[in-house]
Amino acid sequence: MSEQSGTTQKPRSLLDRLPSLTIMGPLVALLLAVVFFSFQSERFLTGQNFSLILQQISVVAVLAIGQTLIILTAGIDLSVGFVMALGTMVMAKFAVELGMPPLLAILCGMAVTTAFGFLNGFLITRFKLPPFIVTLGTMNIAFALTQIYSRAQTVSGLPEAHLFWGNTFKIGETVFTYGVVLVIVLYLLVWFFLSETAPGRHLYAVGNNPEAARLMGIPTQRVLLLTYTVAGFFYGIAGWLLISRTSVADPNAGQTENLETITAVVLGGTSLFGGRGMILGTLLGAIIVGVFRNGLTLTGVSSVYQVLITGILVILAVTADQLSKRRS
Amino acid sequence: MDTKVNSTPVQPAPGFHPDSNTTKPRIVLEARNLVKRYGHVTALDGTDFELRAGEILAVIGDNGAGKSTLIKALSGAIIPDSGEIYLDGQRVHFRSPIDARRNGIETVYQDLAVAPAMTIAENLFLGREILRPGWFARLIRWIDKKKMLEEAIADMKDLKIGIRSMTQAVETLSGGQRQGVAVARSAAFARHVVIMDEPTAALGVKESNMVLELIRRVRDNGLPVIIISHNMPHVFEIADRIHIQRLGKRAAVVNPKTISMSDAVAVMTGAKSAAELSPEALAL
Repeated sequence: MSEQSGTTQKPRSLLDRLPSLTIMGPLVALLLAVVFFSFQSERFLTGQNFSLILQQISVVAVLAIGQTLIILTAGIDLSVGFVMALGTMVMAKFAVELGMPPLLAILCGMAVTTAFGFLNGFLITRFKLPPFIVTLGTMNIAFALTQIYSRAQTVSGLPEAHLFWGNTFKIGETVFTYGVVLVIVLYLLVWFFLSETAPGRHLYAVGNNPEAARLMGIPTQRVLLLTYTVAGFFYGIAGWLLISRTSVADPNAGQTENLETITAVVLGGTSLFGGRGMILGTLLGAIIVGVFRNGLTLTGVSSVYQVLITGILVILAVTADQLSKRRS
Repeated sequence: MDTKVNSTPVQPAPGFHPDSNTTKPRIVLEARNLVKRYGHVTALDGTDFELRAGEILAVIGDNGAGKSTLIKALSGAIIPDSGEIYLDGQRVHFRSPIDARRNGIETVYQDLAVAPAMTIAENLFLGREILRPGWFARLIRWIDKKKMLEEAIADMKDLKIGIRSMTQAVETLSGGQRQGVAVARSAAFARHVVIMDEPTAALGVKESNMVLELIRRVRDNGLPVIIISHNMPHVFEIADRIHIQRLGKRAAVVNPKTISMSDAVAVMTGAKSAAELSPEALAL
């Protein structure tokens, strides 16, 4: 107990207002990378290139929203990208082959990804199975279903609605896609949910100390089930963004995105032990991955080095997480 | 429960002094003939219990005497096989700890039940956040951080817990301060009773004294307190009466001011029976 008597609320100093070290680390890494690539290539620091990076990361960024929510509860989802791929296949084939109204087909695809999220959550909460194993299983199931349903064929000739998020508008000379705006809106909404609403705070509590959350009357199992289900819904949105970008439904989509979501979450300073982290950090993490990929491509570095650098960054981020946990 | 119920302190019955037997004090929480069996093991063998207004009642007993089962029954964590529990004279049936909490009985758990990465203010209101007014705020369950912060400061002030910032994470606090947060949370929401399980376990001397002082303040603010403890010096320092549990029954209720520690331990271990104690050592 501190020595002074009574409780006084000290006005928050400038130091308190600064984002914590977990967010400062990635921010510094990002700034250094931006400065470095700006010197390496004059095409790097342009509005058009910035817009391109945002487009390139939009799918991973939306998938990573679901991944962040799950990791905050101390879980993990290995099925992310594969569930999304199944969703895109449903969206495409229902419209192109069954002749369903495009929007209805998209909703069906999102229903499938949401159902997969629910299945993950149901298995984890009902049978107390570890998230790692459950989602490893559903990852394979989703992949197999996608291949069987599509007969390993790409579906093209998608209707307008499917490509909606690829539409563009201009700010000055820079062209942005609707999809980029959607990503930013989604992040702001989820940020508000997590930091300003009671269910959002409960999600943190369940990840931080599930026993305490339960004793304080929070329905922990329901929180977990809902988290996985909502994450599945975000995978559906990500799927719609993906087919808007590529104009086709590819049965092999989502495979690189799958682990990139975890990379983005970890780089963004969210702890794999649950209960700590912030959603805007994940966006930052996704941007870091995008900036490195884009910058290295512009400077003509082989893509193998991009993978190498991403790997090093992830290990640095996880080490920082582990060290900060040990300290507390 | 979304909003915090402002607790009206239970006033001690007029003229009640814990160590006077002249006036009959009001009974806040009472149990009669509680039985709880786990298979062949009888944890509670028809135990009675009585908590009076304005007192700190310590519950002591050897391992397996049934004291934690008794406390779990009173806090709703288990449902007794038979027997009755009365809160303020009304028969109650608790099916869960949340049930007991709705009835104004708060428990401070031994492992404190806090979320370490969350702030003090958030922990105080965990699961019962204050929402902003208006239908939209209710719909999306928009929390009122400013109001929660103000109330957290007021609660901590009531108990004279000197923590500078309510927006610091609980994990930055010492063990005693964390205990202070858990106690403040219970005291803020309890309307009838606060139950504390081993409140000084794992604390140093200075921090233990701080927590004992805190428990006294909770009582002086009008809430009766039940504490379970293995630490005899702490029990004798703080309790107004001591409930001794033995072999699933209440062996005696004694007055710590008139009984020696060795006699209390003798009753606890069965070396002495309550009948062998001097009449003034008893407190029932």
